[in-house]
Amino acid sequence: MVPIAYYLVLSGILFSIGVAAFLIKRNIITVFMSIELMLNAVNLTFVAFSRYWSQAQYRLNPTNYLQVNGQIFVFFVMVVAAAEAAVGLAIIIAIFRARNTLNVDQIDLMKL
Amino acid sequence: MTDLHLWLIPLVPLAGFLVNGLLGRKFPRALVTTVALIAALVPFIQVVSIAAKFGSLTLPHVETIGTWIRAGAFHADFSFQLDQLTLVMLCVVTGVGFIIHIYSAGYMAEEEGYWRFFAYMNLFLFFMLTLVLAENFLVMFIGWEGVGLASYLLIGFYYTKDSAARAGKKAFVVNRIGDFGFLLAMFLLIAHFGTVSFSEVFTQIAAHPAWQGGFLTAIALFLVLGATGKSAQIPLYVWLPDAMEGPTPVSALIHAATMVTAGVYMIARTHVIFDRSPYALAVVAIIGTATAFFAATIGIAQTDIKRVLAYSTISQLGYMFLACGVAAYTAGIFHLVTHAFFKALLFLAAGSVIHALSGEQDMRVMGGLRKKIPVTFWTMTAAVFAISGAPPLAGFVSKDEILYQAFITPGPGKILWAFGLLTAGLTSFYMFRLWYMTFFGESRAVEKDLEEHGAAVHARRDTKLTLEAEHHAHPVHESPGLMIWPLIILAILSVIGGWMGWPEGLGGGNWFAHWLSPVFAASSSTSPAGSNQLEFLLACVSTLVAAAGWFAAHLMYYKDPAMPERAAGKIRSVYSLVKNKYWVDEIYDAVVVAPVFFIARYLLNVLIDRGVIDGGTYAAGATAQGFGALVARIQSGNIRSYAGWLALFAALLLAASHFGWTAHFWVH
Amino acid sequence: MHLALFIIFGGLCVAGALNLLLQRHPINSALSLIVVMSSLAVLYLLLGAEFLAAAQVIVYSGAIMVLFTFVIMLLNAGKEERTHGSKMAYVAGFPGAAILLSLLTYIFLSHRAAFDQAGLDDKFVTGTSALSAVLFSHLLLPFEVTSVLILIAILGAVALARKEH
Repeated sequence: MVPIAYYLVLSGILFSIGVAAFLIKRNIITVFMSIELMLNAVNLTFVAFSRYWSQAQYRLNPTNYLQVNGQIFVFFVMVVAAAEAAVGLAIIIAIFRARNTLNVDQIDLMKL
Repeated sequence: MTDLHLWLIPLVPLAGFLVNGLLGRKFPRALVTTVALIAALVPFIQVVSIAAKFGSLTLPHVETIGTWIRAGAFHADFSFQLDQLTLVMLCVVTGVGFIIHIYSAGYMAEEEGYWRFFAYMNLFLFFMLTLVLAENFLVMFIGWEGVGLASYLLIGFYYTKDSAARAGKKAFVVNRIGDFGFLLAMFLLIAHFGTVSFSEVFTQIAAHPAWQGGFLTAIALFLVLGATGKSAQIPLYVWLPDAMEGPTPVSALIHAATMVTAGVYMIARTHVIFDRSPYALAVVAIIGTATAFFAATIGIAQTDIKRVLAYSTISQLGYMFLACGVAAYTAGIFHLVTHAFFKALLFLAAGSVIHALSGEQDMRVMGGLRKKIPVTFWTMTAAVFAISGAPPLAGFVSKDEILYQAFITPGPGKILWAFGLLTAGLTSFYMFRLWYMTFFGESRAVEKDLEEHGAAVHARRDTKLTLEAEHHAHPVHESPGLMIWPLIILAILSVIGGWMGWPEGLGGGNWFAHWLSPVFAASSSTSPAGSNQLEFLLACVSTLVAAAGWFAAHLMYYKDPAMPERAAGKIRSVYSLVKNKYWVDEIYDAVVVAPVFFIARYLLNVLIDRGVIDGGTYAAGATAQGFGALVARIQSGNIRSYAGWLALFAALLLAASHFGWTAHFWVH
Repeated sequence: MHLALFIIFGGLCVAGALNLLLQRHPINSALSLIVVMSSLAVLYLLLGAEFLAAAQVIVYSGAIMVLFTFVIMLLNAGKEERTHGSKMAYVAGFPGAAILLSLLTYIFLSHRAAFDQAGLDDKFVTGTSALSAVLFSHLLLPFEVTSVLILIAILGAVALARKEH
């Protein structure tokens, strides 16, 4: 029996590592991957909560208690993450063609 | 209560101003003249008709046009009033005004801006009549300010000439200082009496015999400040000599007969306040005497014919102030009336002389004009004798009345009388000096080097406005009829004008003083005791002094024309002092004007305006810019730094929401 | 049992994430990410989300990460160079991440009791039918919209990555 809070803590840890990776890494693809890591952490949180709400609802109403909203959310997050990954990588390819570098620090044209 | 339509009196000249001002540019000269003269004649006719039914009116006759201010307990109306004093002033303003309008039609006939001149003259009439007819201080103030405006417009009539523009500005600014005093007096009146209406204020004062001095002195002194500004007394007289830059009819109307007398009229009107403040009356008397003497001493050394007359005006106004200062208000008003006659005549005749000489104003270049312009000569002679106080002309009667009243005043009366007498001698001297230099002797017109003349004399070929000179010089000739007949009328008035106030000491009934005295009934109870013999004696003394002045002038300017220069050489420093008008203008410049300029240019302009205000605005802008530049560095284009900021602020947001107000989620 | 499984696979997740952080070559990072995702799938199973576990493996590990790998191969991404881009990332970012981590940990742990415990219970296993019951009734419109979204994403990716002629 694992306290659900532990799942949440785990997702927090994963999320923070994702943020740290985002900050440290210089390759743009790796940065993208850290974004995916963060999204996954959040997904874990949603699933944990859906489990929690089901359990809470079970106490009130033992017949109809399954709460799936968290999981539905995860479903949509996955869909959107997929779309986003596709488009994002296409953009990265376009940028690579233009500037011939994958170094994030060298793609800074949009500055003041 | 008969409705005399008093409001019509100022309104007709206003209509004349509007017509000539708005449309006059397109009118032919004849039409402009007609409009202007009608606008000046109609009030005069109305005044005469009012005078005809004067006996049947209850006085004071008040007409209220409408309410102006109604603020809580305080209210002020557009009201006009009529009593003997008003009627006297009305006659002078409309009568002499109309005569001068006729003269101007001839004098200004060849000037550019003819329509503008008459528009401004009518505007002046409107304001002056408002001033005279006013029933309360506020309406009087409208007229007060308005005549200052009209004076500025008319002095600066030749606006392309720098000295004229400056003179107009000077007149306005100095007047403003006086107006400030008037305003303060009005504020004090509102504070103490809660009203600005003459009758209400005077009734309240009469009801409290215990009110003496104190705040009444303060009000009176502020009113005196206003009067010194308007009537060109010490210390605010400096604008009047410069005002001679305006055309001569302007000098005659505004700076001799009417506007400058507004101060005297105001003191006479508010005499109830002054009677309760002996201190203020003393101030008035001293200012008047000092100014009279002071201006006379300057007048004896001036060479410009209009300047002499200007200082003469200041001096005679000093006499009127002296009269008011010794509470001899009827004498002061009487002198106001006679002065209007002979001073206007003097100016108009001087204008005629200037016109005859094609613009020459310097007396050193005149001479021998007696035979060439006879009518001018004889009318001016009448004026000169009148102002010098030769019996039985007008000036003698009124001036003598003042000197007598001064003599019998207890306290400093005799000293005032002595100075007044001395001034009369000086007046006689410089007027006859003017007379001799202008009309007698050899004609010096061609001898004097033309370079020594001021720019006032010769027209610049490049200006549109002809100044007092025509472009072409022509031989000395008498002025046209339009200019001559006013001179003749005024000359007649100068001779017989005094007869309506012929003093009892000399066998007359002094009808004028008796007729006017109900206005000053409150103060007559304290008039000092005199005697007819004393009056007769003093009249003889002053006549002798006047004759002495004439004799001195005769010696120095007729018998022995070289004598003035020898005398001047002997007292070079004194002569230089009076010739340069005691350097008063220069002193004012250094003491008053220069600090004001310094404050304006350096303190206010550079320091505060550019430094603090502009600097503050600039600093605000620079701060915004600097701050913006600082913040803009966040947008570096570098994704990682964006991420860094994002992470930080997301964390802070989370912390805030947890430890803040919506933090605690209740989990069941 | 549950706890042991949780610890193993949770540890794998964290290890994989740290490896992603520490590796210099992007392909290594990609492979570690695959490990993370697979472990997450097991964790979903532990929480009773069957469908999501499957979807995680199929979509995330199987499609998205493969896409990443292909791109890394295409672009010939090599070892990372050390460049200095921004100090702000470290100055502002690390404290931010640290605060985030500590805050989240603190909050969740302090409310540990309120969250109950999860075990390997059959009754809380969410079958696909439960998901689809909601998805195809209440949330039909978002469901269809997501398919449109994917279509647009495909089109966009093709348009962006196309070679210019």
